[in-house]
Amino acid sequence: MSKTHVTCSINGEETEFLCESNQTMLDVLRDDLGLTGSKEGCGSGDCGACSVLVDGRLVCSCLMFGPEAEGTEITTIEGIATGDKLHPVQSQFLKHAALQCGFCTPGLIVATKALLDANPNPTDEEARYWLAGNLCRCTGYDKIMNAVHAAAAELRGESV
Amino acid sequence: MNDISLKDALKVVGTRPIRPDGVDKVMGRAQFGGDAVMPGMIFGATVRSPHAHARIKKIDTSAAEKMKGVRAVVTAADFPDIPSEEAFVGEGPMNFRDLSLNIIAREKVLYDGHVVAAVAATSNSIAKAAAEAIKVEYEVLPHVINEIEAMAADAPILHDDLITAGVDPKPTKPSNVAKRIEFSTGDLEAGFAAADKIVERTFTTAPVHQAYIEPHACVAAFSPDGQCQVICSSQGQFMVRAYCAKLLGLDISEIRVTPSEIGGGFGGKTLVYLEPLALALSRKAGRPVRMVMTREEVFRGTGPTSGGTIKVKIGAKKDGTITAADAEVILQAGAFPGSPVQPACMTCWAMYDLENARTIGYDVVSNRPKVAAYRAPGAPISTFATESCVDELAREIGMDPIELRLKNAAKDGTKALYGPTFQNIGYIQTLEAAKNHPNLKEKLGPNQGRGVAAGFWFNIGGESSASLAINEDGTVVLVSGSVDIGGSRASMAMMAAEILGVNVERVRPVIGDTSSIGFTFLTGGSRVTFATGTAVCEATDDMVKQLRGRAAKIWEIDADAVEWRDGAAYPAGDNAGKFEPLTLADIAAKAARTGGPIAAKASVNAQGAGPGWGVHVVDVEVDKETGHVKILRYTAAQDVGRAIHPAYVEGQVQGGAAQGIGWALNEEYIYDKNGRLDNGGFLDYRVPVASDLPKIDVALVEVPNPRHPFGAKGVGEVPIVPPMAAIANAIYDAIGVRMTSLPMSPPKVRAALDAAK
Repeated sequence: MSKTHVTCSINGEETEFLCESNQTMLDVLRDDLGLTGSKEGCGSGDCGACSVLVDGRLVCSCLMFGPEAEGTEITTIEGIATGDKLHPVQSQFLKHAALQCGFCTPGLIVATKALLDANPNPTDEEARYWLAGNLCRCTGYDKIMNAVHAAAAELRGESV
Repeated sequence: MNDISLKDALKVVGTRPIRPDGVDKVMGRAQFGGDAVMPGMIFGATVRSPHAHARIKKIDTSAAEKMKGVRAVVTAADFPDIPSEEAFVGEGPMNFRDLSLNIIAREKVLYDGHVVAAVAATSNSIAKAAAEAIKVEYEVLPHVINEIEAMAADAPILHDDLITAGVDPKPTKPSNVAKRIEFSTGDLEAGFAAADKIVERTFTTAPVHQAYIEPHACVAAFSPDGQCQVICSSQGQFMVRAYCAKLLGLDISEIRVTPSEIGGGFGGKTLVYLEPLALALSRKAGRPVRMVMTREEVFRGTGPTSGGTIKVKIGAKKDGTITAADAEVILQAGAFPGSPVQPACMTCWAMYDLENARTIGYDVVSNRPKVAAYRAPGAPISTFATESCVDELAREIGMDPIELRLKNAAKDGTKALYGPTFQNIGYIQTLEAAKNHPNLKEKLGPNQGRGVAAGFWFNIGGESSASLAINEDGTVVLVSGSVDIGGSRASMAMMAAEILGVNVERVRPVIGDTSSIGFTFLTGGSRVTFATGTAVCEATDDMVKQLRGRAAKIWEIDADAVEWRDGAAYPAGDNAGKFEPLTLADIAAKAARTGGPIAAKASVNAQGAGPGWGVHVVDVEVDKETGHVKILRYTAAQDVGRAIHPAYVEGQVQGGAAQGIGWALNEEYIYDKNGRLDNGGFLDYRVPVASDLPKIDVALVEVPNPRHPFGAKGVGEVPIVPPMAAIANAIYDAIGVRMTSLPMSPPKVRAALDAAK
C-alpha cells in the first residue's frame, strides 16, 4: 500500500511522517512516532484513553486517520507539561491521588485540560459530563473530580 | 518492633505522599503492556471461533502462510497436548489442560471468541489480513448459554469426561455440572420452625466483565538456548512464567517474565491468554512477537465473572434474631469448570452469627468464555441475594436494617459457616460508622429511597518476597515481587521508610522481574499490602539490625548498645552520648570498611490476613416513567485494619463501589440466539462514566490486624460486595418494588413497576 506523507505540528515540533491511508492517528503516534502516552482502550471512541488536542479541540485519536493530521497542531499527553514542570492538571492529579492503574490518566489529563481551557470554572455537573467520554475503571471518579476542581482553582490563580 | 496500637507515633504510615510512579503516569511515560518494544519485533493476531459450540473439522492455514510478511502460524498442534492436572498458580481453581484448551481450541470450540489459530507478521495490518485468510471448517453443535438450561438432563454436553464431583453416589454419565459443594451448621429445619417471619426468594445475576481499560498485551521472545523473555501486563509475573512453562513444555528457568505497568486487572489478569501464543509464534518465527487484544477480543475471549441463580430462605424471630439461613448458589463457570462458587458460598452469610445455616453451590459449564476472577470472586453474586433478603426480613418485622444487622452481627469469637473463628474483626464498628454517617440524616424526596447492605471478603496472605539495599549515598532501593495494580509501591516504600526512620522519598520501590526477586504469588485476594508488606517489613527490620551492627563496628561497641531511631544510629545505655549519631548516609559511606554492601531480604508465607467488612448506604431516585435509577448519595464504611496510604485505600473503596454500581444497574453480557456476544464493546457494554456517579463518601474504620506489622487488612475486594443489594434495597425503599434480577436496568425496572400495578 502506498503511504501518505503528512506534515503537522506535534507538541510544538514540526513533524513529518508517512502513514497508510487507513492507519489511525493513534497508531501513528504510538507505533511510528514513539509517543506511547496515548493509549488504546477500545479503538472505537468510547473510552477516551487516546484523547489528544487537534487545533485545541478534544479528539479521540483512534477515530482520526493519520492523513487527517496534515497541517494541524496536535497536543498529546507528552506535550502537556512544560519541560519537567508539570501542568497544574498533572500535579493536582498526583496530589489528589486521582489515579490508580494510570492507564486512563493520560486521556483524562488531556480532556481535563481541554475542559479548563474552555471553561475555567466548571460546576461539578459540567465537569462530570465533559469527562463522561473518558472511562476510568479504578477510581469511581471521586478523586478525579477533586483533582479537576483543584486544578481549575490553581489555574484561576486561587490558592489551593 | 512495631506496637500497632501506637498509631500516633507513626510518621509515614497513615500520611498521603505522592506516589513514586505518579509522575511517569501523569506524563504518559509509564510503560504498559502494549508499549513494550523488543528489537526485531513482529506482530501477532488471533483467529477466533464465530460459533458458540462446534467441532473443528479442518484448519487451512496455507493461504495465510503464503502471504508476504507472514512469519508464523500456530494452531493447537503446535502446543503439547497436556494431561489434566490441577494448577495452584492463579486465583481460584484451574486445570492446566483446561487452560491449554482455553488458550487455543483443540477439537472443539466452546464459545464465541474461542481462539483456534494465531499468526505473526511484519505489520499489524498483514497479521490481521492473514488471520482472515485462515479458513476453519466447523461442524456446528447445539449450544447452551444459561446455567439452569445447562443443568437440564437433555442439555448439550460441553465435555464428555465431565462427571459431577461432590455428589454421592458418583454419577455415571457426564453433565455440565462440574461440582456440588455444601457448607452447613446446626439444624435448619428447627431454625425455620422457630422463626416468626420467613423470607424466600430466587435471584439472578448477569455475567459482568472486569473491564480494565488496558486490553491484554505482551511481547515475547522465544530463545532455543533457554533464555525466553516475556514482557507483559498481568497480575503476577510468576503466574505468567509458571503457566507459560507448563503450556509450552519448558522449564521454569527458561522463561524470564518482566511485569509492565498494568492498566487495571480486578482479577481478570490472573490468567494467561496471549503469552503462550506469542511465545509459540516467536518460536516458529525466530523473532519477538507482540500481541495486543482489541476491546472486542477482551469481551469475547477473556474474563468475565459468572452470572448465576441464587435461591435464599431466611427466617427470624420478631425481635430480629435470625434463626435460620439457607442459600443455594448456581454459578456459570464458562466453558471450563472453575466458577467462584466456593467463595460465593463462603462469604454470603459471613456477616452473621448464625446457629443454623447452609449454603449449597453448583459449578456449571456453558458455552461462554471461561470465567476469570473478578474482585471478591463470587461474593457479590451470592451477597446480592442474601443481603436483599435480610433487608426484606427487616422490613417484614419492622426493624431498622442496620439494627437488625447489629443484632446478628459476626463478632470476635463467631465461628463462620465456612470454618474459621473470627478474631480482631471490625464488623460492628463498621456498622456503627455507617449508622452514624451524616449522609444518613439527609431527607429523601418522592421516588427516592435509601438502601443498606453489608459485605465480607476473607482476604488472603501467602508467599511474598522483598529485598532492600542501601545505596552508596544512604538512599534505599526496595524490590518486591508484587505487581502494583493500584498504588501498592507507595505503601511498600512507606512501610520501609517508617521502620528506617527516613523520608519516603529516600526509598525507591521497584517491582522485580522473575529473575531478580524471590517467588511472589500474584496480586490478588487483597493480599499485597498484607503479605508483601510483611516481607518488606521483615527485610527492613533485618536491615535496621545490620545498620546497628555497622554502627557498632565503627564505634567499636556492642551492637546491643546501639539504638536506631529517626534514620540514624545512636549509642545507647552506658554509651549514650559518647558518639555522634551515624545517619544512613554516614553508615553507607563507610560500608566498604565495615563489611561491604548492606542488603537485606525476606521471603514469607504470610498467614493471618484479617477479613474485611463493608457496609454501604445508598440513596437513589427512580424515574418511574423511564425506569432509570439515579444514584444520589453513596456512603461506604469499611474495616481496613490500618490504612497505610489512606488516599489509595479510599480509592480502592470508591472504585469497588463504582464497579458494583455498574454491575447493579447497567452491565451484562448479551448473547444472540446463536450464542454470539451482542455487546462486545464499551458503547453497548456500559460501564459507569463520571456523570453516572455522585461523590462516594468513605468512612475508614481501623481495627488493626495483629498479624501485620502495622495492622493492615486487605482492602480492595470488600467494596464490590455490598453495592448490588444496597441499590436493590434502595429501589424498594423508593418505589416499593423488589428487584431480583441484575442488572436493574431501565427496562427491567419499568417491567417490575408494570407487574406491580
